Amino acid sequence: MTDVVLRNISKRFGSVEAVRDLSLSVNDGEFVVLLGPSGAGKTTTLRLIAGLEQPDSGSVLIDGEDVTRDPPGTRDIAFVFQQYSLYPHLSVYDNLAFPLRSPARRVPERLIKKRVEQTAELLHVSSKLKNSATRLSGGEMQRVAIGRALVRDPAIYLMDEPLSSLDAKLRAELRLELKRIQIELGATILYVTHDQVEAMTMASRIGVIRDGKLLQLGSPREIYENPADSYVASRLGTPPINFLPAHLVPDVAMPDGTEMLGIRTEHLEIGKRNGGTLVGRVHRVEHLGEQNHVHLEYKGKMLVTLADPHQPVDAGEDVELRLKHPLYFDAAGRRIPAVIQ
Amino acid sequence: MSAIAKSNAHSIVEASPRAKAIAGTIVILYAVISILPLLWIVATAFKSQSDAIAYPPKVFFQPTLEGYVNLFTMRTRQTPDFIAKLPPPTTWYDKLVRQHDMVIAGPSKVVPRFINSLIIGFGSTFLAVFLGTLAAYAFSRFRIPLADDLLFFILSTRMMPPVAVAIPIYLMYRQLNLTDTRLGMILLYTAVNVSLAVWLLKGFIDEIPREYEEAALVDGYTRLQALRKVVLPQAVTGIAATAIFCLIFSWNEYAFAVLLTSGEAQTMPPFIPFIIGEGGQDWPAVAAATTLFVMPIVLFTVLLRKHLLRGITFGAVRK
Repeated sequence: MTDVVLRNISKRFGSVEAVRDLSLSVNDGEFVVLLGPSGAGKTTTLRLIAGLEQPDSGSVLIDGEDVTRDPPGTRDIAFVFQQYSLYPHLSVYDNLAFPLRSPARRVPERLIKKRVEQTAELLHVSSKLKNSATRLSGGEMQRVAIGRALVRDPAIYLMDEPLSSLDAKLRAELRLELKRIQIELGATILYVTHDQVEAMTMASRIGVIRDGKLLQLGSPREIYENPADSYVASRLGTPPINFLPAHLVPDVAMPDGTEMLGIRTEHLEIGKRNGGTLVGRVHRVEHLGEQNHVHLEYKGKMLVTLADPHQPVDAGEDVELRLKHPLYFDAAGRRIPAVIQ
Repeated sequence: MSAIAKSNAHSIVEASPRAKAIAGTIVILYAVISILPLLWIVATAFKSQSDAIAYPPKVFFQPTLEGYVNLFTMRTRQTPDFIAKLPPPTTWYDKLVRQHDMVIAGPSKVVPRFINSLIIGFGSTFLAVFLGTLAAYAFSRFRIPLADDLLFFILSTRMMPPVAVAIPIYLMYRQLNLTDTRLGMILLYTAVNVSLAVWLLKGFIDEIPREYEEAALVDGYTRLQALRKVVLPQAVTGIAATAIFCLIFSWNEYAFAVLLTSGEAQTMPPFIPFIIGEGGQDWPAVAAATTLFVMPIVLFTVLLRKHLLRGITFGAVRK
């Protein structure tokens, strides 16, 4: 049973608080994704676990052991960097073998060969082992970079936006592969990204992080359906969630203290005018094939929702809005969990 | 296809044939101007004493190895009678010398001087690059208090001509018994070169992303192992370029060599101008010495030229 626990970790760089009092535990075999914008402290969190940075306070436990002051090499971890992870002076084979050839590890060359070949197989780069690392396509490079971590069997794999430098198609492909590999190996992974799709598709649990603070930790469904606050709600969903001040919709029943309504596309239906009080004007209709994005204005606020592409809606038209179980937030942005029927 | 060819003809990136021709001519002209003196020296080494100083200068001449023989030997003049009584010459150079009524008295000092140059030149280059690499790595990677001031201080040692400190150094060296020692010259050239090495190499190492070493650290390598396995192989270009610059300086250095060496540790630069023959400078011998002296640098540069070229353009294009 290996798991990684962060206890009240804080780290500042000069006047910048990169990580604030962050606690997190990653259980054995779990795929945890830290989701947040750049500069939120995601990468710093990974580097603290890896030992590439020392926390100002708090502790890091791997497999129940306090490793806070240990050098990176003695912690049982593997790190996939965002970029620059392949050594340009080595072949693909040597790149994959590099972690195993560490003087601290002393793996016999015969075993190294076996591990490298297995890993290459897993990542579909077997035919490229003799290539120079610089002679690979972007997708192959990134697969080999991930392979450099997978040749070992560490307590935890730390991955820092490993797919962010790839184009959308490759990203989608590798996303699936990575999840497949994780399930196959039963690997424990802490993965950092700003891409909500990566978080939603791969994670067993998502941690939403902002300004160095962990705002909420839970399963993708939990985070999406029960966000702790308006920021977490805004991180997930395409098109993003609409916010509407409560005073603009006086006729809608809502819990006490509600200051803001969070309306995801599935909470907002539009239809022909039928005597309702919520009337908005369509500004623009974006046709995306299987669905339409309808941009509409309600009392000076722009809202976006999805609509059936066959529903006849045109710009300039007035439509009636129907809210279905929106999210309620108080003045501080915290969610009020009550559901009004 | 022809449309593409046509568009290329007017490309603002591709040079026009005329521009290429002009550029080529300038380069060739420059090459000729720079190589000509070198060729003249190589040729002079094969001239006789009188051909070497003939006016107008002789382009075509009867080649002789006198210059080289004179460079490597010490000779004494004898009367023709004495020479006639000697047993016949055993070697071709004995014969050559006797034609001028001289006999070989022993080897000249050129070989030990050349060895001094090799030891001092390559020794100080190795030390400067070795120390420079370590210092540059530290400046590049660690948070060093007053790093910028220290770097400026290191650079400032190059802001005056080295000879400006010749007298203090001479006095220091006399106190420390370092005058006319190889160790002294190695230390001196290292001190001068290390500032250049630190600055050049810091630039190269800055370009190598930290992530490479961090990956190695995470994989269980120590920092020193990571430096050796990851940083150095990628800094090879910079190290080679720096080594060439350092070697050229210490190989050619004249002023300190004249001041601080006279016997034991004398290098080639102060030795060459004082190769005296009968009635003054022995120009063919001087030219022969110069030819031999230039060789190692030419060889070293040719061997490392790939790195040198890459070194010059390194960092200009961000990958």
